[in-house]
Amino acid sequence: MIKAILIFNNHGKPRLSKFYEHYSEDTEQQIIRETFHLVSKRDENVCNFLEGGMLIGGSENKLIYRHYATLYFVFCVDSSESELGILDLIQVFVETLDKCFENVCELDLIFHVDKVHNILAEMVMGGMVLETNMNEIITQVDAQNKMEKSEFSSFFSLYRRLSFSLPGRTGRHRLVLQVPLLVPCLP
Amino acid sequence: MSDVVEKTLSALPSLLSLDSNAGAGKLSSTSKLGNLIRGITELTSKHDEEKLIKKELAAIKEQVASPNTTMRQMKEIMVRAIYCEMLGYQASVSYIHAIKLAQQGSVLEKRLGYLAVSLFLNESDEFLLLLVNTVLKDLQSTNLNEVCMALTAVSQMFPKDMIPAILPIVEEKLTHPKEVIRRKAVLALYKFYLIAPNQVQHIHSKFRKALCDKDPGVMTASLHIYLQLVKESPESYKDLTVSFVTILRQVVGGKLPMDFNYHSVPAPWLQIQLLRILAYLGKEDQGTSEMMYDVLEESLRRAEMNHNITYAILYECVKSIYTVYPKAELLEKAAKCIGNFVLSPKINLKYLGLKALTYVVAQDPNLALPHQMTIIECLDHSDIIIKRATLELLFRITNAQNVTVIVEKMLEFLRQSSNDYSTVDLVGKVAELAEKYSPDNGWFVQTMNSVFSLGGDRMQPDIPNNFLRLLAEGFDSVEEDRQLRLFAVDSYVLLLQGETASLPQCFLQVISWVLGEYAHLRPDQASDPGKVMRLLTRLLDQRHASAQTRRWILSALTKLCSSPVSIALARDVGERYFGSLDTVLRQRAHELMILSQDAGLRGRVLSAEGRLEHVEVDSSLSFLDGHVSEALAAGAAPYKPPHQRQEELAHEKALSLEPYGLSLPVSLSTCSITDRLTDRQSPTRLSISSSVSGNSTELSLKGGSTTLKLDGVKRVWGKEGYLVQQPKEVVEETPLPPTELPSPLGSFQSPVSQTQTASPGPEPDQERQQLASSLFVGVGTHHSVCLMGRTEAAPQRFRRKPKGTGSSSGTSEHSSNSSHSSSGTAAGNTLDSTTAATGQQISQHALGHPPVNGNPIVETPGPLPPVRDGGVAAEIPTGHTDSGTLADPNEDPVPVRPRDLPLISHLPAELSGLARSKLTTLCPGPDPGLALSSCRVYKEDALVLVVFVSNNSDSTLHRVALRFTSKQLEVSCVSGDLVEEVKGHSVATCQYAVVMMRASVDVELAGLVSYQRVPGQPRATPFSLRLSLKHFIRPLTVSTGEYGKMWLSFSHDVKQNLRLITAGDQSPLTATLDTLRDRLHLHVVDIIGSEGIVACRLLRGQPCLLHCRVHADSLAVWLRSPIPEFPDSLLYHCQKALAEA
Repeated sequence: MIKAILIFNNHGKPRLSKFYEHYSEDTEQQIIRETFHLVSKRDENVCNFLEGGMLIGGSENKLIYRHYATLYFVFCVDSSESELGILDLIQVFVETLDKCFENVCELDLIFHVDKVHNILAEMVMGGMVLETNMNEIITQVDAQNKMEKSEFSSFFSLYRRLSFSLPGRTGRHRLVLQVPLLVPCLP
Repeated sequence: MSDVVEKTLSALPSLLSLDSNAGAGKLSSTSKLGNLIRGITELTSKHDEEKLIKKELAAIKEQVASPNTTMRQMKEIMVRAIYCEMLGYQASVSYIHAIKLAQQGSVLEKRLGYLAVSLFLNESDEFLLLLVNTVLKDLQSTNLNEVCMALTAVSQMFPKDMIPAILPIVEEKLTHPKEVIRRKAVLALYKFYLIAPNQVQHIHSKFRKALCDKDPGVMTASLHIYLQLVKESPESYKDLTVSFVTILRQVVGGKLPMDFNYHSVPAPWLQIQLLRILAYLGKEDQGTSEMMYDVLEESLRRAEMNHNITYAILYECVKSIYTVYPKAELLEKAAKCIGNFVLSPKINLKYLGLKALTYVVAQDPNLALPHQMTIIECLDHSDIIIKRATLELLFRITNAQNVTVIVEKMLEFLRQSSNDYSTVDLVGKVAELAEKYSPDNGWFVQTMNSVFSLGGDRMQPDIPNNFLRLLAEGFDSVEEDRQLRLFAVDSYVLLLQGETASLPQCFLQVISWVLGEYAHLRPDQASDPGKVMRLLTRLLDQRHASAQTRRWILSALTKLCSSPVSIALARDVGERYFGSLDTVLRQRAHELMILSQDAGLRGRVLSAEGRLEHVEVDSSLSFLDGHVSEALAAGAAPYKPPHQRQEELAHEKALSLEPYGLSLPVSLSTCSITDRLTDRQSPTRLSISSSVSGNSTELSLKGGSTTLKLDGVKRVWGKEGYLVQQPKEVVEETPLPPTELPSPLGSFQSPVSQTQTASPGPEPDQERQQLASSLFVGVGTHHSVCLMGRTEAAPQRFRRKPKGTGSSSGTSEHSSNSSHSSSGTAAGNTLDSTTAATGQQISQHALGHPPVNGNPIVETPGPLPPVRDGGVAAEIPTGHTDSGTLADPNEDPVPVRPRDLPLISHLPAELSGLARSKLTTLCPGPDPGLALSSCRVYKEDALVLVVFVSNNSDSTLHRVALRFTSKQLEVSCVSGDLVEEVKGHSVATCQYAVVMMRASVDVELAGLVSYQRVPGQPRATPFSLRLSLKHFIRPLTVSTGEYGKMWLSFSHDVKQNLRLITAGDQSPLTATLDTLRDRLHLHVVDIIGSEGIVACRLLRGQPCLLHCRVHADSLAVWLRSPIPEFPDSLLYHCQKALAEA
């Protein structure tokens, strides 16, 4: 079973957190911090599995993570999940996000937390993997978005570009948030 | 980057159109979220963020409260609230509005409402009750989206008690025409199964239907359920093996639609799931395993493509092959696969390879051999996770020959690692290996020293406890014990002479205890008695020693002050700490002072022989009963142990829907004030007398923490009023910041490691070879394929003595004046042995007679209450024996036979008044002339087995003798062991006293009767009979106070829910306890409100205590006993008795 799914950026700022088991608010924050601490100090060329976070861990659980540009995607799972299977599930998740948001970047996740959650809900339900087929996931999400589209015009990837700017920061910072998570020439 | 710019430009027109379409409301709300995020991004400190979020939450609160806020605005507010929650700030004002949004919003708003609810609330939240109706409505909606949302919400968080309300509707969805709904319904039901298994018991057949669903997606979802079910009880699902195998074969064969392919691998996640299920099914089951060999081989063969996900399948396949019943051909292929993993340059695969190897070496250590060099490389890998996995693998292949090298590698890792979790885990492993395979005393002590200094204060507390117990209890050889202790003492003296600031507190405590206890073994102790004393004093004065450690040191000093030099030192220390602010320290100093002044007292308590004696610890502090009852009488609240307080706090938070219950009456009469009070006045009194006294009410009943006893000893002499609070404080630990040790113990490294850690020479390869040979020595020498668990080939070096031995020595003398201060502390540390002893003593004390080793039939009236003098007869109604007969398969089903009457008249007169079972025919045997029957007579202190040998022929039987053999029973003859002759048509009786040595559910007693029909021609016939634990149980008459005291001192406990019996006008609790009493000869000590306490003992053995509490409609029973098997077996009989009732 998947215990939690965490997404945070290179500085440890949470971008999405979904817990499938109940933890207290404080514990959740501690888990996010500890996970970031564990994951961030690992090099790029080491394995994607981690054992032994004190809080969520114990010997039963594992952290399986992937690093995309500015974001870390971390799945906390117990022993009943296949490590490599989850690793590919993360890839499916990010590819799906990329399809939905067209070149997904950190900014999309910031402004559309709710949409990201909805996509995730089509993949993982109550900690169990529900769907692994990207096209199927997109079909489901789209079916729900149809109603939305009738209300608004297209909602994905709209106002992030211009209606929003980050004053006080250099343009470089904004660009960092807009780095596509997936390299465009992905197979 | 040009891509981004391009996108930005392309987005321009649509943005403009949005502007004109959506109107002002949309824009302003957008900017609110934008403002918040912008604000947060600008901030630099956590403090600023907090301020900003507080402001934001206040704004949210204002907006949600405003009646003008539209649903659409509410939706936007929720997104902001979600954002705040994600950052760790509670947006509790918005919770109720999230529910409202889910209830009343349009489909889109509803979806956000559900999302917000699932992020904000958890199963136990009371707000969720408000959602139940909404969920119910949406589940029945015709809009598919709404149904989906409701199902998703239900699987994330749904109150357990409310499941029945929606269960039928979710069940209905299993037949929904839409595939996605069916799939979600299956998962929702699985979730229900996880949180409340018994509520979905009835729909298991529907799960089977889901497994056969025409849509592969639904089938995949149902595998989640089956993985769990099969894991829990593989036996019940063996019939599905064929189905799973067929499904897997179809999947592997590419029969699924192309949609299910992932990187052209057919449904990989589905394959993984199926392989796992098959592994559980085939485990230790040859028949089932044979069904799956083909498909396993096929998936192994098919999964050859070079993509990440195929490796996932391969890994799973290999694991399954090694889990199911072994097949040589497959194992070979799987082993090759593991080799590929381990050798892979991809680090993830290497990791999994090591994991797989760790998994399989338990079965076949030889598998590790071909990968020696890779494993050595992995030991030096830059990735700490790989290193860690390698150590785990080495841990599995450790044996007596390579233990030194492997432990050295582990310690090396520990010295570099800073991760708390792996440190704690690994330290435990090192300690385990050291205890198991240690080649010699010196190495053992040094390794444990490293463990203590590296593990620091984070490690499991049982490591130092075990170590001390090992030292204290010793092994079989006295000389070896002495050497080990001496070695430890010597190494500690050496350590203390160096720099001690870096040693963790718990290590210092171990050192002080060992020095206090065994410093006298040092040969130079006589010539320089003050040496150890001075070292300890120096440690005492150092600033880094915590208060806790100082207490340990002071008690060590107390044990050491025997020579004139040390007395002077002791006096000096005593004076210095006389005014310490720490009460315990002051207390200790006071004791030390008095001890150093009073030579007579010293002679008594510090005599050399005294060291061997164990001291009984009054862990329940019953001598404080007087004080407690005074306080209670004065209106103080009864003491509650911490867990109960927390429980109550948690209850207070929730709404209480029940009327206030009556508080337990604390009657003064039950709190007898004992004369022991006076003992407390004298601080010189170093032991605690522990005759059972008084009633310690709540305190002794519920304060069941075992850690309590560890320090309970030390604080006994405090002033009144302070001590009542003790149990809360004694559990305290002093967590210290982890201290990194460079290598304080460098000088102690074993010779092997020194050669290993030598500077890298010119031939590193050769060095590695050498390392490999030392690491893998002895691995694979035992070829036996062990299917489960580790092979425990090497004998365990430090095998602990059975606890009984330690306690029996303690029982010999336990009066208060013989106690010795050092063993007083020892008792605190070497907990188990002493508590076992205490339990035994109490039981004997309570029963009022010493253990009888001779003839057990001898009546020991003793100080038993007069009512009970006649044995248990009064306790056992005849109904009981009937039920016993029913349960006993060996006994004659015919209730009364005409022959019974004459036979029973042969029952010896002294047994005739006692309760007994019916007659049982033992062996019909080949000789019709001889008949054996038996009857059990329940005496207070023994189970007497009366065997009637009837000679039905005309000729005389000569030399009739009975022999019994049983491992678990001790049978001793009372009379009639050898009957010289039994005349024709007459009966001889033999009596045997039977005692159960180890508690077990029931026991077969095999016997052999030998006789001679014609003198000089011996004949023999075997027979057997079955005796059950309940025949050996006797009531244990104790008072509530004694019960409480015993309860605290017993370590083995079992908890279980039993069924309640309802009978007539009695309360269910009373009825149930009465049933148990009647059927199992228990003693109901007391019933207070919804709780009852019951006690019993094994004949000539240990007691067992039951604490029952009515919980909803079942009886939660908590059993405790000093021996581990007793509660389990007794519980079985309780269940049986209640089932029969």
